[in-house]
Amino acid sequence: MFLNEGKVMHIVVILRLVPDLSDELDLADDGRSIDREWVGIALSEFDEQALEEAVLLKEAGGAKVTAIALSGEGVERMLQGALARGADAAILLEGREEEHLDSRAAAPIFAEAIRALEPDLVLTGVQTIEDLFGQLAPYLGRLLDWPQVSAVSGVELHEKSCVLRQEYSGGRQARIEVDLPAVVGLQTASKPPRYVSASKLKEAMKSGQISRQAANAEPMTNRAEIESLAPPDRSTGARMLGDDPETAAVEILNALDERGLLQR
Amino acid sequence: MTKVLVYIELEAGVIAPVSYQLLGTARRLAGEEGSVDALLIGDGPQDHLSRLGAADRVFCLSGDCTADYLPEVHLKAFLEAREQSRPEVILTAYSSAGLDLAAATAATGDLSLVAYCQNAERDGSDLVVTSQLYAGRLLAESRVPLPALLSVIPGAFEEAEGQIEGNPKTVDLTAALDLSQTRMRLLEVLEPDGGDVDITKAESLVCVGRGIGGQDSIGEAEELAALLGAEIAGSRPVIDAGWLPKSRQVGKSGNRVTPKLYLSLGVSGAPEHLEGMSKAEFVVAVNKDPAAPIFETAHLGSTCDLFDLLPSLVEGLKQRGC
Ligand SMILES: Cc1cc2nc3c(=O)[nH]c(=O)nc-3n(C[C@H](O)[C@H](O)[C@H](O)COP(=O)(O)OP(=O)(O)OC[C@H]3O[C@@H](n4cnc5c(N)ncnc54)[C@H](O)[C@@H]3O)c2cc1C
Ligand SMILES: Nc1ncnc2c1ncn2[C@@H]1O[C@H](COP(=O)(O)O)[C@@H](O)[C@H]1O
Repeated sequence: MFLNEGKVMHIVVILRLVPDLSDELDLADDGRSIDREWVGIALSEFDEQALEEAVLLKEAGGAKVTAIALSGEGVERMLQGALARGADAAILLEGREEEHLDSRAAAPIFAEAIRALEPDLVLTGVQTIEDLFGQLAPYLGRLLDWPQVSAVSGVELHEKSCVLRQEYSGGRQARIEVDLPAVVGLQTASKPPRYVSASKLKEAMKSGQISRQAANAEPMTNRAEIESLAPPDRSTGARMLGDDPETAAVEILNALDERGLLQR
Repeated sequence: MTKVLVYIELEAGVIAPVSYQLLGTARRLAGEEGSVDALLIGDGPQDHLSRLGAADRVFCLSGDCTADYLPEVHLKAFLEAREQSRPEVILTAYSSAGLDLAAATAATGDLSLVAYCQNAERDGSDLVVTSQLYAGRLLAESRVPLPALLSVIPGAFEEAEGQIEGNPKTVDLTAALDLSQTRMRLLEVLEPDGGDVDITKAESLVCVGRGIGGQDSIGEAEELAALLGAEIAGSRPVIDAGWLPKSRQVGKSGNRVTPKLYLSLGVSGAPEHLEGMSKAEFVVAVNKDPAAPIFETAHLGSTCDLFDLLPSLVEGLKQRGC
């Protein structure tokens, strides 16, 4: 059992929904944001890794895992999914449904909720695809004045510390021992996220208890502002081949042949 | 008069290429009148100073616990350098260290932060910054009042402008910082395990992404690679899933490769992936999503399903006697 001063370790995981990139991203009329009306949403892939790591730690040593999220469309269902995957509790932070808060804006709200929960460890994804104004974990670390490490792939829990594997460019890594409580921006869990069966999901939807709290803290101010969003200029990009695989294959091989890239 | 502070990164003991890219950008943003400060943390700063001629002044921290990167030590030094330098613009790389430092520094709310930057221009008293958003699907143009911190995508700017020999002034931060009590300790540095092959030396690479679907399909891509005389490589999710070994990962947290041929199958082209392969000489991308960002970097693109295209490529290569 992972104990810190005799108490069962408590891990908080912060989860966020993001646009599903397998859908087309349409711009909203203001040209500064995406049209969220029709785009699919999915749990941010790095948050999914963070949840998996938390549940792996729980399975390895009996920690308690609490998933927290800002309330919004689809979030309740997402939290039920987290319970089905092995979280013990889920908390919905309510009252900011009308705004779309990015990680910077939301950081003080999460920090407030975390202070009240007094966890030993906070895990969240290293980034989301929407973090234009900064990533959550390092914002939280500074706001809570807890040590923070990002780009982590692998967490071990010890009595008063955790050991994190941080990754650098070129595939170099370091193992860092960090005093608890700490904040981790997780990139990859120690094992790929588990598959949760539909029946387990249904069960969690019936029995899973989601508690609710008001999101009282003021969002962090931000003087930077998006003026426009646009797809990148494609005019300098690839010459696109047609949709017929046989023709495309011939064209690709011809192009490689011309450049002397085929080995005979 | 713009003052810019640049966070310099050492990679295996040498100044990372991205640091020169940042220094060049810093000089440009500072203009004729402005000045550039740099922060250099690590053992033996004197070994590097002459290469930091693009900076007017270098804040140095050396000694115990600076030989390797440790987030808490670097954050303390970074905050101290900011305090002493009082820059209007701060530049970090979008790297592991940049991730740790940027938002932590901006968390007091008085500093604007823009991530994933690929361009920045002065516009009156503001910066206008272009960033990649949604894994490169969209570009965001932001108006950013100063002071501002920009986290810059490696490879977005040229190195040459920042590679200036010189003799910058130095400021030693050692005395200003109390590093006797840190809440984290480095246990060990793990060098990448060589694996069976060094893909950075390969002339041709076939790189599979999440679109390959599973371990079972890797064999098909390997057959294509064999016929092309190429090595097989993968994007990060492919490595994380255990379908290929880590030594074959391309990208920010894997290998930077520059082969003559890079053929990608089911790779979307996230900025972290492009960072590892955008200097490949000839890039062929297969991705059924016409909006996939990989097509901006590729020279030849196909939106065919990779499983339809693979057999035709394999067959065609055999017919051509490869
Ligand atoms: C700090 C950090 C470091 C990172 N380092 C790296 C790194 O080193 N390397 C790296 O690659 N990533 C890295 N990433 C992850 C990166 O952000 C992306 O998540 C990753 O590159 C996506 O991999 P992918 O393109 O294979 O998968 P996806 O983005 O899921 O793309 C799969 C693509 O396959 C296409 N596809 C699916 N099925 C088919 C089919 N049958 N035929 C044709 N196309 C198909 C889809 O249209 C889609 O575009 C890093 C992220 C962070 C935060
Ligand atoms: N440079 C490009 N990058 C990405 N997609 C493209 C590009 N050019 C064309 N496409 C898309 O690819 C598909 C086939 O293009 P084409 O063969 O040029 O008609 C269409 O859906 C186009 O929108």
